[in-house]
Amino acid sequence: MLNDNRAAIREKAATLETAFRNAGALHVESDALLPADTLLDLYGEDIRARAYVTQDPVLGERMLRPDFTVPIVERHMSEGAEPARYCYNGSVWRKQDAGSQKASEFIQVGFELFDRTDPAVADAEVFALFREILPDDLTVGTGDIGILRAAIAGLTTSDKRRAALLRHSWRPTRFRQLLDRFGGKTAPIASRVDLIKAAKTDGIDTLIKSSGKFLGLRSKAEVHARIESLINDVNEPSLPSGELAVIEAILNLDCTAIQAVKKLHELQSDLPAIAGAIAVFETRLAALSKHGVDVDTLAFEGSYGLTSMEYYDGFVFGFQRGEQVIASGGRYDALTSVLGNGRDIAAVGGVIRPDLLLGVA
Amino acid sequence: MLKLGVPSKGRLQDDTIAWFAKHGITLERTGSDREYAGQVSGVGGVQLVLLSAGEIPKELAAGRIHLGVTGLDLIREKLLPWQEKVAVMAEMGFGFADLIIAVPNGWVDVECLEDLDAVAAQFRKDHGFRLRIATKYHNLVRGFLQSKGVADYQLIDSQGATEGTVKNLTAEAIADITSSGSTLEANHLKVLADGLILKSQATLFASRFANWDDDARASLAQMQTLVKWDDITL
Repeated sequence: MLNDNRAAIREKAATLETAFRNAGALHVESDALLPADTLLDLYGEDIRARAYVTQDPVLGERMLRPDFTVPIVERHMSEGAEPARYCYNGSVWRKQDAGSQKASEFIQVGFELFDRTDPAVADAEVFALFREILPDDLTVGTGDIGILRAAIAGLTTSDKRRAALLRHSWRPTRFRQLLDRFGGKTAPIASRVDLIKAAKTDGIDTLIKSSGKFLGLRSKAEVHARIESLINDVNEPSLPSGELAVIEAILNLDCTAIQAVKKLHELQSDLPAIAGAIAVFETRLAALSKHGVDVDTLAFEGSYGLTSMEYYDGFVFGFQRGEQVIASGGRYDALTSVLGNGRDIAAVGGVIRPDLLLGVA
Repeated sequence: MLKLGVPSKGRLQDDTIAWFAKHGITLERTGSDREYAGQVSGVGGVQLVLLSAGEIPKELAAGRIHLGVTGLDLIREKLLPWQEKVAVMAEMGFGFADLIIAVPNGWVDVECLEDLDAVAAQFRKDHGFRLRIATKYHNLVRGFLQSKGVADYQLIDSQGATEGTVKNLTAEAIADITSSGSTLEANHLKVLADGLILKSQATLFASRFANWDDDARASLAQMQTLVKWDDITL
């Protein structure tokens, strides 16, 4: 029997794991079969199309580990103390699209850092570690989802509209649709206009009553409340075009990190709320410089990681060979706050694919 | 021998027999009414296989039958990617059914998917769990909602009487097939304006994995002269 590539991949994975351990990480393990409900609540129904689901008559629905982040965050939340550095090395499983050449089972070697003292410094530590471990010939990409989130949070509009934009910030088509609607570029939904007109003439309660028998768990009060909020939303002025232009400009940033800082400072006059996020960005760049990263040439994209890395909400990075993503990571504070029921932990981390790194996948 | 899979009972079987008869092919049940056996005349070398309509997609994909009559909805739900496993030989003009998303009539604030998405976000906040949509078409519904940017919902499996789940408080909305809409109406549900996921009808499919030997191909060619479908490479 000739050996296949798996032995070589395991050896590569072991080398990467050692490098993470030398950087102060505790090597941790996780179950391969995870309770499905946590993952479903986090990622929504779409995860079923990507993760293998199985049924246990006693334990209920289980999922074959699609990544390590969730089980590790959960364990850290119940047992860990800060600051903490963890690394892991094991298989994950993902369903792939029909006809895809991508593997459905592969090894991930990862590093996670939980430290709230200075997030920008923690970001820089993780990025610098990955850069040190990985070969120099990979293409490096970085971004900062925190800047877009700060911009959305600072828009001159209602809380409801800001929440809707934040919720869909990583679904580009839907995000664009909402932006156009709130910006007055597309007409309001016709059925909604009719509804509001009818609610104003006949009253909301009459409207609900005239629909006949009322069924379901969603109550009349909930329907009533939504119609009221729709009526309020009609009076909401369109998003100022200057602010829309800032969102647009952030999404289109594609330059070096230093140029991005300069451009963001220019945008700040139209949307002062991004000042805090720019300061974090600058602190991170200073910390990266200390680690020997040349921020004058470091690539930065305003929409980096927005579609592929749905739980990241701050600094994001990736190392690629052509189109192939060898390593990726970022900050995911929002995820820890969901898993911790409001108790949040500042977390940043990343994973490496040893198979892709070896080029034998 | 070419194996032809046909629904084993009900309206779908009657319409299938009538459709083949119209094209000069006689499908006859043999033995007692309850016995799942039959014969084919008008085309030589065809064996009739009576199956539950829901089983036909799987049998086609496995290549255990050469041809099969079932709804496009079942094929699209059960076979991925369906075009690589079966070919459409003829749309049969009956068994029309639309796979749709419906919500309670009382939701006067919900007329389209964008409303459903907004309500799903609010529902999760109010109730602490994701809005439940009852269906047996998990793949089709999930793919559709994902492409439309609807989030914060969950699919609840319902293999029958799906329209009743809202009244029974086991789901907030449903995704199911409807032909006339009368069952929806009777259960106080309405279809979302942009909630049409798929238009389906009874269709004659050919398996791409069946053993298409010379005999099977000869029978298929005979059938083609009677039914007159376009040439399809199998």
